[in-house]
Formats: sequence, C-alpha cells, structure tokens
Amino acid sequence: MDETRNVKIKVRGLSKVFGKQPKKALELRDQGLKRPEILEKTGQTLGLSNISFDVYEGELLVIMGLSGSGKSTLIRCLNRLIDTTEGDIIIDDENIPTLSEKALLECRRRHFSMVFQNFALFPHRTVQKNVEFGLEIRGVDPAERYKIAHETLTQVGLEGWEDAYPNQLSGGMQQRVGLARALANDASVLLLDEAFSALDPLIRKDMQQELLELQSRMQKTTVFITHDLDEALNIGDRIVLLKDGEVVQIGTPEDILTNPADDYVRRFIEGVDRSRILTAESAMRPVRTTARESDGPRTALHRMREHSIDSIYVTDRDRNLLGLLEVDSASQAMEQGADTITDYLTQDFRKVPPEEPLHNLFAMFSEKGFPIAVIDEQERLLGVVVKGAVLDQLARAGEK
Amino acid sequence: MDIIRIPLGDWIESGLTWLTSEYSIVTRGISRFTQTGIDVLNSALFWLPEWALLGLIALLCWRLGGVRLAIGAIAGLALIWNLGLWEPMIETLTLVVFATLVAVVIAMPVGIAAALSEKLYRLIMPILDFMQTMPAFVYLIPAIPFFGIGSVSAIFATVIFSMPPAIRFTTLGIRQVPVELIEAADAYGANRTQKLFKVQLPLSLPTVMAGINQTIMLALSMVVIAAMIGADGLGSEVWRAIQRLRPGDGFEAGIAVVILAMLLDRLTQSLRKTRR
Repeated sequence: MDETRNVKIKVRGLSKVFGKQPKKALELRDQGLKRPEILEKTGQTLGLSNISFDVYEGELLVIMGLSGSGKSTLIRCLNRLIDTTEGDIIIDDENIPTLSEKALLECRRRHFSMVFQNFALFPHRTVQKNVEFGLEIRGVDPAERYKIAHETLTQVGLEGWEDAYPNQLSGGMQQRVGLARALANDASVLLLDEAFSALDPLIRKDMQQELLELQSRMQKTTVFITHDLDEALNIGDRIVLLKDGEVVQIGTPEDILTNPADDYVRRFIEGVDRSRILTAESAMRPVRTTARESDGPRTALHRMREHSIDSIYVTDRDRNLLGLLEVDSASQAMEQGADTITDYLTQDFRKVPPEEPLHNLFAMFSEKGFPIAVIDEQERLLGVVVKGAVLDQLARAGEK
Repeated sequence: MDIIRIPLGDWIESGLTWLTSEYSIVTRGISRFTQTGIDVLNSALFWLPEWALLGLIALLCWRLGGVRLAIGAIAGLALIWNLGLWEPMIETLTLVVFATLVAVVIAMPVGIAAALSEKLYRLIMPILDFMQTMPAFVYLIPAIPFFGIGSVSAIFATVIFSMPPAIRFTTLGIRQVPVELIEAADAYGANRTQKLFKVQLPLSLPTVMAGINQTIMLALSMVVIAAMIGADGLGSEVWRAIQRLRPGDGFEAGIAVVILAMLLDRLTQSLRKTRR
C-alpha cells in the first residue's frame, strides 16, 4: 500500500496459544489444522495464528472482528499485557516479546496508552488524579502533571469535573476521562479496546466524532478494536479484519466494501444495513475543521487556508451549528476590524439529518457547491457531505 | 494387637522446652518490649483524669461517627466509671489496643505477600485455619514458660488468636481488586511497588479495615481467657466473680466488656466508611 509512510509498529508472524503446550498446538497449525481441531486434539486454544500487519505513523487502524476472533488478545499482545507465543512486534527497533521486564515497563510508559471497554478508571481517585496516573507512574513532577492533566481534561470537555469521582459521572463522561488519561500520557501509540462499545448509540457517535477530530488534530498513531463494522468503517483509515485468530483482509473501508476478500467478508458487509449506506450519513465525512463562534476572523481564515477550503462551518461550544463563513466574508470582517465572526455568517446552505436519502441530496448542492451540513436533532454538526461523495456512493450502489 | 501411640504431645512439649531454653534471650526481649509498651500505654491513659479521657473519646466518636455515637460513648463510659470499673476497663483497653497493633503490624505484610504469591497463599491458609480453630486456652499453656504469668503471655495468646482475620481480609481485599484495574495499571507501565501502593492497597482498604475490626473483636473476646494467666483488666473481674460465685459482679464486668466492644466496633466501622 502506501510505501512512503513510516511504519510505527511492525507485527510479523504473531501467534498466541492459550495452554501449557503451545509448541504442540503450533505444530498442528503448521500441518494445516484449524482452531477447533487443535482444541480437540491438544486442549490448547489457538488464540492468534500467524498475524502480520503494519501500523503506520499517525494512522487510525481499526482491528475488527466478532467475539472470539482474537482482537482483544491481539491488542493486549501489542503492549504485552498478554505474552505472545511466537512472532515479532517491533516498535522503534524494539522487539516487544523479547524485552526484559524492566525494558518492558519502560516501553509501555514511552509508547503505549490504553483505553478500556469498561473504562477501568480508578474508583478511589478523582478525575484529575485518574488522568494524572500515567504521568505519576513515569515520575513527572506534581506541578507539571497537574497542568497537563488539567489541559487534557479541558480538551475532552470535562473542565470543572476535576474533583469528581468516576462513579459520579455518566458512562460517556467516564470514557472521556479514560481517553484523557490516555492522551495526557503522550505516549506514541494510543490503544483503544472496544472503547465506545459500552456507550449508548448517540453518545457513541459523538465519541467517534470527537476521536476523529482529536486524530486529525494530533495525528496520533491509534489502534482501535471493535466488533462493530459501522464503527470500523466510520473511523478507520484502514481496517484489519480478523476471524478465528487469523487476518482475513487488510484495507481501507472502501477496499473492504468494494473488494471483499472472501465470502466471510462479503457476508459481513451484507450485514451492514444497505439503506443506511445510501443515506447522507454514509456519504458524510467528518468535519476536518470548524470555527468557534468566539474565533476572530483571522483564526477562521487561518483554518481555511490550512485545510485549503473556501468556506467553514461555525459552531458554538456544544457543536451547535450557527452558520457558514465564506472566505470573502472573513476577509471583509478582518478589514473592518471585527472581533468575532458571528455577524458575517451566511445561512445560505443546506442542512439535513443523517437519515436523509442520498438521492435527495444531489439536488441540494447550490452553484457555489458548499458542502451540505449533516446535523442531529439538537442542531449539532455531525459532518459534511461534498458533491463527489454523493456521486461516489450512488455509483457504488448502482454496481450492486 | 497394640498399635503404637504416636507421641505427638511429647514431641510438641520437647520442642517447646527446647525453644524456651535456647531462645530465652528472644522471649525475654519480646517480654521486656511488650511489658514496656503496656506500661507506657497504661500510664498514659491513667495519667489523664477520668472525665478528660471520657471527653476525648466522646470527641473522637463525634468526629468519626457522629452525635449518636458520641452520646452512646458518654453514657456507656460513664456507667463503667460509676460502677468503679474504670481502672480494669483501661487495662483491658490497653491490652486490646496493643495486641491489635502487634497483630496488624504482622498481618499486613503477610496478607499482602499471600495475595501476591499463590504458593504462599496455599501455605498460609491452613496455618490460619489452625490458629483460629485451635481452642484459645491451648495457647496459654506454652505462653507461660515463654513469658511467665501476666499481661505479656496474655498478649501473646491474644495476638495469635486474633491475627487470622486481619491476614485473611488483607489477602481478600487485594485479590478482589478488579482485573481490569490491574490491567490498566500494567498498561501504563506501573511496576510492582507502584501497583501495590497506588492501586491494590487503596482499593482493598475497606476490606482491610473490616479485618482489623474483626481482629479487635476477637482480641476483646480473649480478655476473660487471658485473665486466667494473670492479665489485669475486666477479665480478671469476671474471673474473680466466677471464683467467688457472685453473679452480680460478674455481670457488671461483663456489661463493661460489651460497652467497650460496641464502642470499638462502631468506631472502627465509622473509620471504614469515612475512608471511602
């Protein structure tokens, strides 16, 4: 695939056997036996078999599979919460399975932050102290880690909750704390183990969106585990599909939808509700950047230039959509010395709910070609649809 | 056909005699240390006038357990004072506090070690069963050659008898820390010490406190038995009442033990709740 990108983690020939005679199980595997037969013959469970893939620097890689596919085992092998049976996991020239205990601790501190399905927050620590945990372990001095944790909490929208205990927070907020704990640590790789699976669907969407925003801002190498194909397609730069401890397919969401590697994958993507694929949501792209109502024209212009766009959606703190700012209006605002951009917004654009059928969207593009805003019931901006994406989706549907 | 009787008792006796003669320096050292501890604690508590100590305890109860506990403490302690049992009550309190301190100091590291090592766990659990189910009187017998008649022997027997729950609860508390929290600590690169002090111990604290509460209660239940080898306190009042067949005196001392027990129980329990 993209040869020019730096590889952050290189996984080669990774296998994991649960049981006391792993060699025997691997021998049988090499003779071509599959997991159920090996279990029957040796009593050993072949958790992972000969897994190889790369994680590129700065990408969001989704490892997806149903329960029993070995995805949780795989993510735990990456930071060696589970010891591997054979194979290499190379991160920055260190081979994780061969590290000494001391080197492993050092490696975990430097390279890995983790977010857990059931949050795994420390109930005896305040939100602030939870977020400080990784830094505390690394021996960062108290004033410094207080500052970092505070900033990170603000980043995930939890300012003011520093002194609360985890059990006083809702599930969504708890997972924000979990995310903040991981981000504060500033490790080079972020591991998310079914991080949003325990959240209810609406909050889950929000969190996915936020993760994508964080990702576009920070470019952090991220490995995300999920059993949910929708989630995988929504957030993944690339997807590794696992089945029974083996890799079935590796590719971008488009690759997997358009060229399923085998019948298993084909059946899998048929499970995705086709009608949903052909809605505004399916063609929706996360908003790469938005302006805040409090931003000045200079900031807004800077963002547009940075992302090479000529209009930008403006939201308030809660992501409620306020309007669209065109590049001309922004320049005008700057010339007139305006402090904020709120007076220069236009409402001359279309907004649709996520379930809006795709073919309706086609007629909505104005001659200026502003992207269509997709909003939820609270008028919060979920994403945008650009003209090309609609065509693309419709064309793909036509093939089927 | 005669089966040879295993001379278990003889072996134990010769073992104990050997211990007593070979390690008299150790036992004498322990004896002196314990006696000094008891004396210091006793004289401190006796130095305070009754009303002052009563006030202090009531204040402590109020801070930790609230107004009701404080009122209960005042009423109970005033009754003990009125019955003329203040002095034996203080002696019993000293015995219990000292025995509990020693028991906890030994139990915490042992409990932690047993929680972290499966081998040690399997070794220690049967020993604890032994310590707890062996009739407490039996400990008194070797205690006398070791430490002589008096409070030190009483404390020795009390510590052995009351320590198991503190160990058990410490082990249990650490073992029941959720796996995902241990995993989280590991994932962030915590070493063993960090894991123990930042995650395992704080999370097991309520359970550990429950164990300490049990230890105190067991220690208190030993006071009458300990009186048989010459320990001072409420137990010896009961013991004297038995020997003289005076049920009135016996019940008075017994009620004083109950009051002390309830007070210590509520205090340690409220300590446990405030720590959450």
